[in-house]
Amino acid sequence: MIERIGRKVVSLIEAAGRWGHFMADMARAVPDVATWGQFVFVQMRRIGVDSLPVAMFIAGFTGVILAMQASYTFKGTVPLYFVGTLVGKSMMLELGPMLVGLALAGRVGASMAAELGTMKVTEQVDALETLAYDPQSFLVVPRVIAGTTMFPLVVALSIGIGIGTGWITSLGFLHLSTPEFVKGLKLFYVFKDTWFGLLKSASFGFAITMVACVVGLSTRGGAEGVGRSTTQAQVYAAVLILMLDAFWAATLLR
Amino acid sequence: MIEFQGLSKAFGGKHVLAGLTLAVQDGETMVIIGYSGTGKSVALKHIVGLLQPDAGDVVVDGRAVSTLERAALNALRQDIGYVFQFAALFDSMTVTDNVALGLRRRQLSDEEIDERVAEALAVVDLTGAGDQYPAELSGGMRKRVGIARAIALRPRYILYDEPTTGLDPVTSAVIDRLIVRTRERFGVTAVVVTHDMRSAYTVGDRIAMLYEGRIRQVGTVAEVQATEDPVVRQFIEGRPT
Repeated sequence: MIERIGRKVVSLIEAAGRWGHFMADMARAVPDVATWGQFVFVQMRRIGVDSLPVAMFIAGFTGVILAMQASYTFKGTVPLYFVGTLVGKSMMLELGPMLVGLALAGRVGASMAAELGTMKVTEQVDALETLAYDPQSFLVVPRVIAGTTMFPLVVALSIGIGIGTGWITSLGFLHLSTPEFVKGLKLFYVFKDTWFGLLKSASFGFAITMVACVVGLSTRGGAEGVGRSTTQAQVYAAVLILMLDAFWAATLLR
Repeated sequence: MIEFQGLSKAFGGKHVLAGLTLAVQDGETMVIIGYSGTGKSVALKHIVGLLQPDAGDVVVDGRAVSTLERAALNALRQDIGYVFQFAALFDSMTVTDNVALGLRRRQLSDEEIDERVAEALAVVDLTGAGDQYPAELSGGMRKRVGIARAIALRPRYILYDEPTTGLDPVTSAVIDRLIVRTRERFGVTAVVVTHDMRSAYTVGDRIAMLYEGRIRQVGTVAEVQATEDPVVRQFIEGRPT
């Protein structure tokens, strides 16, 4: 029993060491702008633009559901213009960043881990090194920068879509007027609602791409290893998103 | 000159290399033969610093590879072309971009890069295939692109990891001829790792057999063919135990 605990502790320390080492290598690669600069826009398109349909779809339906559930809860007890308050606050503070983050952990994180894992097991990463490229500059830095910068943009658009569909639902099904919905939306709004959600999204983007890169570049063992990395990247990213969500709430919303 | 100096490497307690010592002279093609899993590719990867030795080192032109800082290691790597077992081409890039990638790292002008890419593709008889992607190529063509990527760098050394593995005899002969042609045309020093004896006899100046982590025998092609060492004889004749 004690031996098993000891082994677990040692493996955790090793994993922390690997992460630390990876982060240090990445930091060292950041000044190599000539290498990563040529790939960052490609990654921004893949991570950001190509993720928009999924993010919009999720946000659109979330807005509808929020409005309907708020109306169901408030009916007869709370003025219905509070539907706007609930839709706005929920989308900005929590559901926009969280649902889009979790969805993109699958779409972006898993595909990135699979791509890098395949490159690793087919020796493409070794080939980069023999051509005197730093894999961190070539593969990791552009992905992490693109993830960190594009996630807030995707989430911002998603929040807008979610509020938009919540508004349309309120007009069409709840018999609220636009001024009533907007009144609710503005009621408890503070600017922090906006930057809090976007800051959180940036941290999710950083976490998802970092996890995908670490896991992908640690892949061993052919197709089976790539499959394992893909699953691991998605699971680890989802866990990290939940932990970061709790962390930001505990530190900034008290 | 490339010198393996008592190189040792273990993976998970399994000693793959156990004091490998071998010198590759300038201008020669050294073929390292041995059974699968005996550490031939592992030895090759130490030359370019892809692996760190547990003991000993590889010394290239007086530079002990494992002690080099990143900048010095990159400088060393610019002297070495590496042809991977399965070519290790970048799937998302065309043949031209694959061959040009290493050149772009060297701050060459676009004209010079184009010229060198065209020359390298001509050497491997792939002129006209520049716009194709690796997925559109046969195994033999992929290996030739891998060779083109290495020779475009005009390196002092080329390392070939199992260059004929998985190819039919005719395509293997094409690759062998290419290795010989590359040495004659560019005068490079080469290390070829293989267990294909026909290929070893065709391309090698000297042959070294790696066995149980060390060099069992090293000599010219004629010397190895005439060996009386039972382990080497069994391997080169392909006799089961």
